[in-house]
Amino acid sequence: MPEIVGWVWLVVLLPFFGFLANGLLSFVAPRAKTAVSVVGVGVLVASFGLAAGIFGGLLGHSDGAPFILTFWHWIPVGDLQVDVAFQVDQLSAVMLLVVTGVGMLIHIFSVGYMREDDGYARYFAYLNLFVFFMLVLVLGANFPILFVGWEGVGLCSYLLIGFWYTEKVNADAGKKAFIMNRIGDFGFLIAMFLIFKTTGTLVFTEVFGLAPETFAVDGPTITAITLFLFLGCTGKSAQIPLYTWLPDAMAGPTPVSALIHAATMVTAGVYLIARTNVLFAMAPLSSAVVAIVGAVTALWAASIALKQWDIKKVLAYSTISQLGYMFLGVGVGAVASGIFHLVTHAFFKALLFLGSGSVIHAMHRAYSATDRHEDAQDMRNMGGLRRWMPWTAGVMWIATLAIAGIPGFSGFFSKDEILAMTFARGHDEVLYYVLWGVGTLASLMTAFYMTRMMLYTFHGPNRTGERERDHLHEAPWVMTAPLLVLAAGSVLGGLLNLPHVLPFHGWLTEWFAPVTGLGEFYRAEMHLEAGTEWSLLGLATLIAAVGIFVAVRFLRPAKLQPAAEAPEETGFGKVLFRKYYIDELYDLVIVRPLVWLSDRVLWRGVDVGAIDGAGVDGSARLARGIGAIGSWLQTGQVGTYIFIFVIGVVVLLRAVSGP
Amino acid sequence: MLLGPALGVSAILFSLGVAGVLLRRNVIIIFMCIELMLNAANLAFVAFAQQLGPEGQVIVFFVMAVAAAEAAVGLAIILAIFRHRQTVDLGDINLLRG
Repeated sequence: MPEIVGWVWLVVLLPFFGFLANGLLSFVAPRAKTAVSVVGVGVLVASFGLAAGIFGGLLGHSDGAPFILTFWHWIPVGDLQVDVAFQVDQLSAVMLLVVTGVGMLIHIFSVGYMREDDGYARYFAYLNLFVFFMLVLVLGANFPILFVGWEGVGLCSYLLIGFWYTEKVNADAGKKAFIMNRIGDFGFLIAMFLIFKTTGTLVFTEVFGLAPETFAVDGPTITAITLFLFLGCTGKSAQIPLYTWLPDAMAGPTPVSALIHAATMVTAGVYLIARTNVLFAMAPLSSAVVAIVGAVTALWAASIALKQWDIKKVLAYSTISQLGYMFLGVGVGAVASGIFHLVTHAFFKALLFLGSGSVIHAMHRAYSATDRHEDAQDMRNMGGLRRWMPWTAGVMWIATLAIAGIPGFSGFFSKDEILAMTFARGHDEVLYYVLWGVGTLASLMTAFYMTRMMLYTFHGPNRTGERERDHLHEAPWVMTAPLLVLAAGSVLGGLLNLPHVLPFHGWLTEWFAPVTGLGEFYRAEMHLEAGTEWSLLGLATLIAAVGIFVAVRFLRPAKLQPAAEAPEETGFGKVLFRKYYIDELYDLVIVRPLVWLSDRVLWRGVDVGAIDGAGVDGSARLARGIGAIGSWLQTGQVGTYIFIFVIGVVVLLRAVSGP
Repeated sequence: MLLGPALGVSAILFSLGVAGVLLRRNVIIIFMCIELMLNAANLAFVAFAQQLGPEGQVIVFFVMAVAAAEAAVGLAIILAIFRHRQTVDLGDINLLRG
């Protein structure tokens, strides 16, 4: 084992120390913003440096076996032996780099973005804590440790969504995210129980080792386990049917949306499936479900993004859509492609969110400078911002081209690879041709809605307002510098895993071979002729170009009116704007009956009626009744007492003296 | 030797005492009936002492001493109650009733 891998505990503990220090500062010295910045960003920089070292150590290590570092026994109960242990292998090393790297950039950005916020120290404490839990999640060597991280990031997500908790909307959004994740976690827990019941262990390496002899391929047990695991993933990674919390989660500060709700936490579900790819490979039915849900989510969310006006909502639905691609990838068995898209998406989506953050920052300052209360996130209030924010506009265009899938940018390679793999599976099962079509249609929409967002935000005439215009400025360098680094990643990230037809191809696929190799035996062969691959690449390029062209040709930023004066949406556009009324549907079908049940039956019926009435008040009434009988005996007349006393003596004497 | 008749007298005296305590309402009478029960017990002790040795007679002296002390305290209480309420009828004395 390379010596540096032994230091992985420090990568995890550093952010935790940051959390403790900043948490303390938030109480004793909330104004000490310099100290908070140094600690908050410093621990991430150190963590990233060490993570890079570990990755380097792993690079020089040819034998693919994972390193398990056990620290102490956590739950030693009979057959259940759970250790606090980390697993360092190819997959967790890549995730380690993404989490600490993107996390570090977003921490730096936050220094500028949150500078004027009163909760500065609290914010960095939460953000550090999030990174800590995320690292626990990706490093855990068994299911319970992964679950600790899984729940921990959920907690931090809740805390940061409701960061500005004085407004009820934000607090509600936090609760919504937390509760919807609970539904998914229920599935995760059931899956863990089933795994322990069948294999008798929860350690990754042991479970995957035992899987081939324990489970029948495509059997009911393995299908149930993987479907329950996937239920957990739909909650955490915002897939149909549990996706509605993610758009609401945009209530949090924008860097949080970039870190938690785009780059890292929401990809935990993809990571989980990649981690347990052996189990999914043995359950073709579950894998098909994953692929179908992924593809449908990609199209569904992309179509909603077409009609959103809030710049962050567009990006939120875009994130859901891109997560759908990742699930399509791991669902068809292209685990490396799914993770590849995860990595490139972390770059360009973090960039888009941070860019939108700096737009919102500028808009917000302009409006507060003139004391006007308009929506700083509504694109109808923007327009032409590239004149004031050339850097932000430039890097966001790079990210847009990447996500739209223009050749040369990272998103092109990762998305195309997933679609190509899906297409390759279509040779055996027609279902996958359909999924490929769905994915391609979604990528057409992606190109369109991203271009639409860019046009409305940065091009055309400005609609912010006459007086506000003078207060629009580019963000400070501490915010633009991370954007430039992410832009470089968005351009170059594709080199990690080039298509087969190009030289130096498939580095990431080979790198992940030790992780994905176990399941390889159960997967269908995915092979494409060079000609087919070229035509798919060409088609993907054409789709992206058409999407962008249509947006540029037919959208009229000049005709747009500010949000306050804009006309109401009509027809199908309104259905899209209202997100297919899914929130209303959930409210009608689930929330209202549940509230009714809680209110009428559980509260007024069970609690007030049964527990209070029969239980609490009832026992009091019973005691009082018995007391009434007792007090009737107590006449206060000495004579009565003596009479009873004598009777008692006689009875006792009779009893003692025998028959 | 005469144990049976002696115990019979004792039992009759005791029952009279009990009946008096139960039926009479005058505190003085009840008090005297208690004394009567004590003396019935004394008679039984003496009767048994004839056969079983002098311990019974010793107990009788203890009982007499205790009865004397009890009489002093008891009469004092009765006197206090009478001064307070102008009555010695138990039916009127029911302070114990809650």
